[in-house]
Amino acid sequence: MIPAAFDYYRPKDLAGVLALLREHGDDARVMAGGHSLIPMMKLRMAEVPHLIDLQDVPGMSEILISDGKIRIGALVTQYEIIAHEGLAQSAPILREAAMQIADPQVRYMGTVGGNLANGDPGNDMPGLMQCLDAQFTLVGPDGERSVAAREFYEAAYLTARTDDEVLTEITISAPTGGYAYEKQKRKIGDYATAAAAVQITQSGGRCALASIAMTNLSDVPVWSQSAGSALVDTEVGGDAIKAAVAYMLDEIDPTEDNRGPVAFKRHVAGAILTRAIQRAWSRA
Amino acid sequence: MPEKLHIKLTVNGKAEEFLAEPRELLIHTLRERLRITGPHIGCDSSHCGACTVTLNGKSVKSCTMFVGQANGAEITTIEGLGTPDALHVLQESFREHHGLQCGFCTPGMITRAAKLLEENPSPSEEEVRFGMAGNICRCTGYQNIVKSILAAAAEMNASKEAAE
Amino acid sequence: MKDDVELTREDRVANLKGMGCARKRVEDARFTQGKGNYIDDINLPGMLHGDFVRSPYAHAKVVSINTEAAMALDGVIAVLTAKDLEPLSLHWMPTLAGDKQMVLADGKVLFQGQEVAFVVATDRYIAADAVELVEVEYEDLPVITDPFEALKSDIVLREDLAGQTSGAHGPRKHHNHIFTWEVGDEEATNQVMDEAEVVAEETMYYHRTHPCPLETCGSVASMDKVNGKLTVYGTFQAPHVVRTVASLLSGIEEHNIRVISPDIGGGFGNKVGVYPGYVCSIVASIVTGVPVKWVEDRMENLMSTAFARDYWMKGRISATKDGKITGLHCHVTADHGAFDACADPTKFPAGFMSVCTGSYDIPVAYLGVDGVYTNKAPGGVSYRCSFRVTEAVYFIERMIEVLAIELNMDAAELRRINFIGKDQFPYQSALGWEYDSGDYHTAWDKALKAVDYEGLRREQAERVTAFKQGETRSLMGIGLAFFTEIVGAGPVKNCDILGMGMFDSCEIRIHPTGSAIARLGTISQGQGHATTFAQILASEIGIPADSITIEEGDTDTAPYGLGTYGSRSTPVAGAATAMAGRKIRAKAQMIAAYLLEVHDDDVEFDVDRFVVKGAPERFKTMAEVAYAAYNQAIPGIEPGLEAVSYYDPPNMTYPFGAYVCVMDIDVDTGVPTIRRFYALDDCGTRINPMVIEGQIHGGLTEALAVALGQEIAYDDMGNVKTGTLMDFFLPTAWEVPNYETDHTVTPSPHHPIGAKGVGESPHVGGVPCFSNAVMDAFRAFGLRHSNMPHDHWRIWQTAQDLGLHK
Repeated sequence: MIPAAFDYYRPKDLAGVLALLREHGDDARVMAGGHSLIPMMKLRMAEVPHLIDLQDVPGMSEILISDGKIRIGALVTQYEIIAHEGLAQSAPILREAAMQIADPQVRYMGTVGGNLANGDPGNDMPGLMQCLDAQFTLVGPDGERSVAAREFYEAAYLTARTDDEVLTEITISAPTGGYAYEKQKRKIGDYATAAAAVQITQSGGRCALASIAMTNLSDVPVWSQSAGSALVDTEVGGDAIKAAVAYMLDEIDPTEDNRGPVAFKRHVAGAILTRAIQRAWSRA
Repeated sequence: MPEKLHIKLTVNGKAEEFLAEPRELLIHTLRERLRITGPHIGCDSSHCGACTVTLNGKSVKSCTMFVGQANGAEITTIEGLGTPDALHVLQESFREHHGLQCGFCTPGMITRAAKLLEENPSPSEEEVRFGMAGNICRCTGYQNIVKSILAAAAEMNASKEAAE
Repeated sequence: MKDDVELTREDRVANLKGMGCARKRVEDARFTQGKGNYIDDINLPGMLHGDFVRSPYAHAKVVSINTEAAMALDGVIAVLTAKDLEPLSLHWMPTLAGDKQMVLADGKVLFQGQEVAFVVATDRYIAADAVELVEVEYEDLPVITDPFEALKSDIVLREDLAGQTSGAHGPRKHHNHIFTWEVGDEEATNQVMDEAEVVAEETMYYHRTHPCPLETCGSVASMDKVNGKLTVYGTFQAPHVVRTVASLLSGIEEHNIRVISPDIGGGFGNKVGVYPGYVCSIVASIVTGVPVKWVEDRMENLMSTAFARDYWMKGRISATKDGKITGLHCHVTADHGAFDACADPTKFPAGFMSVCTGSYDIPVAYLGVDGVYTNKAPGGVSYRCSFRVTEAVYFIERMIEVLAIELNMDAAELRRINFIGKDQFPYQSALGWEYDSGDYHTAWDKALKAVDYEGLRREQAERVTAFKQGETRSLMGIGLAFFTEIVGAGPVKNCDILGMGMFDSCEIRIHPTGSAIARLGTISQGQGHATTFAQILASEIGIPADSITIEEGDTDTAPYGLGTYGSRSTPVAGAATAMAGRKIRAKAQMIAAYLLEVHDDDVEFDVDRFVVKGAPERFKTMAEVAYAAYNQAIPGIEPGLEAVSYYDPPNMTYPFGAYVCVMDIDVDTGVPTIRRFYALDDCGTRINPMVIEGQIHGGLTEALAVALGQEIAYDDMGNVKTGTLMDFFLPTAWEVPNYETDHTVTPSPHHPIGAKGVGESPHVGGVPCFSNAVMDAFRAFGLRHSNMPHDHWRIWQTAQDLGLHK
């Protein structure tokens, strides 16, 4: 498998990246680790006449935690997410999820920004970031803007990011309470048959706040406000979980693929979400 | 025709400098241009890990990286891990514990294992299985690969202790 | 030699590293240092690269092919189409199954991924670009991917065979029908069924899958026009047969063709066939006069080179009320894809499927197989098994389970009461095989005891109760399998490939200083022949294995042989090695007697030397004898010490084994977890226990993959849905358990060293064992059978159909 020819750029700063994007428009693509894009280029299913490698752009590879705010540069890799002790303290769900992405080699290269910006419904980070109510920083010719993860995804591979913008940073408020990232897949390296991200806080034995999102069950990640609300003020018992699952099942829209038919995916989505809620609650 | 890139790499300690098409895949740079044929192409889609090399301290699949991305990098392949007179402990251990059969996955497997042990010198069996999950072997069923890596870890730790 | 005198006999045996020793592999030094030499590592001066234009359609007319734009690309040397090959009569080629196959699309395409044009360019990047520039106009035709539909359809897939009412294996019933093959007595079998107290019936589909070795297929052809010699390197499991075929096809005399199999990165049956890529690289080299390389990528490998299985099997098994089996009836509808390119011995169009009576004493049986064309890739190779033996063993091991359900009987006990008894060997099976040796009861009892079978059943019963009471959502399956393989093809009287008898060979030269080289007609793809064949020889001729080089795969130097597949290397080439060794020993004995100044009969071989009977202090070591063979004039004996043996096995060998798998199944997600896997193998005499164990681990893992998810799936349009390793299931270290291995030893009575072969046993026994575990988990809830692959959704579907999700 050999990709078609392209021009390659490795700008030294973001201004350089933006200039190239302005110059080449649709014909240019930015790339971080490349583990989503390169296989598509090798299959000649993605045509990229101008490839812009972000690796030399400074200021996009840091993880900063202060005052309950976590800022993750878009070029931070899954490997770095897993290795970062501070992050494991303040948002342990990130490590739990990143451990379930791809395989060790791919995690050294695969970045949070790439995983988020690509818009692939199979990617894990989008649902996770919706669960955490992350904000994405986009930088374009007109400067910087911020878009909520929950507003970012429009359809498969279609996001709020315009072609001349770059996703540079992800900001989240350090989550509190219990967490779980539960994923069913056929094998290491596979996308999720169903995956659930859950954060729950409890107060006096009752759920105070809950945020729930699922992955690869629609053409976009599904964050369900009503599923979360169904848990609030309950003891997160069987009925409350059933109600939350029912709300989520209303909002997902899986399609049949090699992982199985729709009925199966809906059933697994329920099972995975149930387990994620139970595990998150047990940690809350 | 896109402009060729001026590439500088250090591969197994040796500086290399050449002009290359941007689309040249690192695995082809190694295998075809530099004739370093230890890393292999198994799947072309970053699943099998036969092309694994160490690049700037990371285990990467060189079939899914353009040579431009690797520009300036330090790369170690299986050929750089040991010499015939001084094999890497893992090279010895894979032979000792029958951790290979057809040998096609072996260079990637050992290169990855070396990095794994560097990061985690005393892994559990589960950690070895998890840490090696980016490398596919069709022959061994992994049992003896896991055994080889655990044995190598023990030996490396023992010689480290002896040195201290 | 003085030191030798001090050694005990035990030490001398140990020094040989002969049979039974866990000798470390000599191959490993190069593989662990990245110095293997695989097909893509071969790089000849001026070499060009070939790449295929492939059909996106499963069935279409090729209206036109325009190569102009491709030819105009800088660096493109040639674009071959069927039109270019036709004058050479190479646009079609014969298959191993007596059919013919298009090398390049001749007017139409019959499966997705079929080779349409071959681009030759100065490097692989340019070749890939040129492939995009070849313009092919297709007119799509209706697609048939279902063999039952094919047999009813008016659509003619193979127009080239129109009007031919007979094929290589007899009459054809329909234009999409290939052959009917029947074994056994159908009338008697039907009669037994009619009169039986109990009959169990089941239909099962053994899905299409693929051997998928980690290295794909490829070749490098180099035509030396000055000397008229053609050298072909390739991923060939049978290099000598490739040479013969290449000679017959090209008209180049066989002595002018040299075929070399370099290191092979796994085969598992995928590298037995002859592929269009090999032919095109040869033609391209003949045309251009420079070497041409073709190496397929993974997607091409999965889409176009030989698949395995795809058998629809309908079975009936009859028994008395107490479970004594009285008869077996099996009918197979075999989907062979677009061309019949199965790799089986000529007289066996369904391979050794007729070993489907298994390990059981079944008095009457019948097997009928109908081969059918569809719009799927050709192939039908034996993926890590002897010819169709995996299908046969899966079939009988499922029929046994279904009968156990019908009889409401324990499946382990049902097996036990029907095993062929130890004293019944050699055993004549109802479908015509003579099983050489076995002791099934001992193996079975050992296996059941090792896993505490009764304890497992108690635990399973408790689990069922807990499940019914809502205390758990997990079920437990106990998978049983007892298999008998039939390997070591085979006796020349009934086994041939393209007319070549399936003997194998070994040629030995002892060097003056007492080391040796042996060359064989086989070729290792990871089995470790360089290690184990030296061990056989060490024990036979008393030269340490470390002093013996084993060479295979170069047809200019190795004796003719039929290659390595179907676990035939040890049974056939291993036997040839032992026999050639014995020829060496016979001559050496005469030399030793001369040196010791006694009569030939007064010396005997002992480990590494010849000793004078009754006077063990008087001896000559094999090394001393070797030296004498080259430097001393011995009356009546030619100088030198060499031997060659071509071994025609008198019978197949019949390895067997008893496997048990314990599995937990998550009913809500369909996820199975293998808790335990116990494998007892009896492969007769054990040459290298370390290598045997490695083969078993590997074969079991390939069995796990096939049973639990690995498939080549097509949609209704004939598109391959599983073309990359994302969807084609190859387990990683994370998905694979640790296996417990065990053994009994029942030597083959007709093999010179009693060895039976082992590489494929674990796959053959493993597939039904993993599958039976899945289905056993649901037996208490009324499941009779569900088809593989048991991936998450299909297991979930089984539970769903049984109402377990309410």
